[in-house]
Amino acid sequence: MNGTKTVPFPRAGGFPKFHLRNLTQRIGFFFLFLSVMVTVLFLGVLLVFIVARGIQVVNWEFLTQPPREAMTAGGVAPAILGTFYLTLGAILCALPLGVACAIYLVEYTPKSYVVNLIRMSINNLAGVPSVVFGLFGLAIFVKFFNFGVSILSGSLTLAIMVLPSIISASQESLLAVPQSYREASLALGASHWQTIRKVVIPTALPGILTGVILSIGRVAGETAPIIFTAATFYTRMYPSSVFSEVMALPYHIYALMTEGVHADKQAPIAFGCAFILLCLVLCVSAIAIYIRQKQRSKYG
Amino acid sequence: MDKQAFPHTARRPQSAGRQSPAQSPQKTDDTRDMAVRIRVRNIDFYYGNSRALEKIDMDIYKNRVTAMIGPSGCGKSTFIRLFNRMNDLIPHTRLDGLIELDNRDIYSSGADVVDIRRRVGMVFQKPNPFPKSIFENVAYGLEVNGIRNKKLKEARVVDSLKKAALWEEIKDRIHESALRLSGGQQQRLCIARCLAVDPEVILFDEPCASLDPISTRKIEELLLELKESYTIVIVTHNMQQAARVSDYTAFLYMGKLIEFGETQKLFTVPRNKMTEEYLTGKFG
Ligand SMILES: Nc1ncnc2c1ncn2[C@@H]1O[C@H](COP(=O)(O)OP(=O)(O)OP(=O)(O)O)[C@@H](O)[C@H]1O
Ligand SMILES: [Mg+2]
Repeated sequence: MNGTKTVPFPRAGGFPKFHLRNLTQRIGFFFLFLSVMVTVLFLGVLLVFIVARGIQVVNWEFLTQPPREAMTAGGVAPAILGTFYLTLGAILCALPLGVACAIYLVEYTPKSYVVNLIRMSINNLAGVPSVVFGLFGLAIFVKFFNFGVSILSGSLTLAIMVLPSIISASQESLLAVPQSYREASLALGASHWQTIRKVVIPTALPGILTGVILSIGRVAGETAPIIFTAATFYTRMYPSSVFSEVMALPYHIYALMTEGVHADKQAPIAFGCAFILLCLVLCVSAIAIYIRQKQRSKYG
Repeated sequence: MDKQAFPHTARRPQSAGRQSPAQSPQKTDDTRDMAVRIRVRNIDFYYGNSRALEKIDMDIYKNRVTAMIGPSGCGKSTFIRLFNRMNDLIPHTRLDGLIELDNRDIYSSGADVVDIRRRVGMVFQKPNPFPKSIFENVAYGLEVNGIRNKKLKEARVVDSLKKAALWEEIKDRIHESALRLSGGQQQRLCIARCLAVDPEVILFDEPCASLDPISTRKIEELLLELKESYTIVIVTHNMQQAARVSDYTAFLYMGKLIEFGETQKLFTVPRNKMTEEYLTGKFG
């Protein structure tokens, strides 16, 4: 440099000792930490509450027997089975349809205004209140198709309810598949369909599964869509076909707390149901997380 | 880019003036009788409204190595991605002009894109192995092209890995994830994957960008070996490499083909002043 003296870089000690940024950083961390604690606290209390009150009534009889004595004794086996059937039915309908939709929207349509519009409407559909789907299911499946109040109507209604979230979750994970994978596959002489089947879907699968997990939780726990379409307050019968009406855990909880005359005897059973519902959802999640983890660690 | 970058016709008169370097393919004595693998005539290529390639005419000769050189962003990748129709995947792009592979227009409506892509292999600028095992990566191309026989598949995989100078390093962990390989190893895996499907033309987009000198030399030797049976196009920023491995060199600048000719001549007596400046590092 011509003529200008270089300024020596200040050595250790040349800086002021106290940094305001350290303080602000600590305050920042403290608030972040606080948010986590508050969240964990509420979740913890909820869990402890449900588990503590639910576990008292859960025993072998509770899990395997139908209700007795106007729902004040006996078990909730038909409700467990009903929820299982409804959830299974809904996922079996919604998963293939939703994934297929997502694949078509992501892979086969040019990125255009119309596709964006469709995407946006699907995302918005995910926010429609579930009772609206319930009314729709009543009008279409129960009345118009004359399926009656049945597992079929309930499953289809639940399927339509979760379809948007399955589609958007699948879309997100398909879009997250690097374009370079598609290019690599196509450049080797793979067809578009081979590329989707052998590269894109396997790569997107963990993300799709996550979407499905969340959906299963939602389907199992929803009350409003099945009130009019599938659920019955009380039956000693196990469902015999897809046209049977069923008991279901979430609706059973609702019924126990709002109807009947022995509130003191019914409330504990409701907590038992809540506990089982929680366990079911956690189990399903655990399975899906396990699958996802295995997939990840294989090619991580 | 060009101000008038939205022409209504593909072919318009070449603008006059000192900036008209696009030359017709040079027919030197040596090239007159040689088989043309890829023929490029009068192409313009657009990303949306911006023109990335302008009025390019060029021939790529069979069993020769053709190098593409030019500053970053001049359109080398764009250009070679036209040969296997990779740019089809990018929305809002447009090509005017003619590109022939073995005298067949690859952009005609009847062209079989899948077959073209099998015949014209590509090694991309960034290594892009699948999130699968090393073996599955190389076997993938065989499977999608209908090779089911396990023995044959394994033999081809090992053979390709050997050719790509990767086999010795990874032969004990061939069933591990390809994503755990180093960048340079991933690139050689991509080369192996490309060789496995036995293409006729191979497009290399800076294959040695993330390789050490030893692997680079191995790849260069491989290129010279492959030349016997394949037609090779290589994009490189390394002038020595272009001089070492290529028979023909094309110099691109701002989407235009400034000069194309035998490597020997282009490097020693460049006809265009810009080429000379670029080669000697006095550019810009
Ligand atoms: N997908 C795309 N969409 C829009 N413009 C693009 C796209 N890809 C490349 N371009 C533009 O086209 C021009 C040529 O890009 P290209 O990638 O072909 O350059 P290159 O010569 O390969 O450069 P490098 O040596 O850095 O790889 C650049 O101006 C770039 O910004
Ligand atoms: Mg490039």
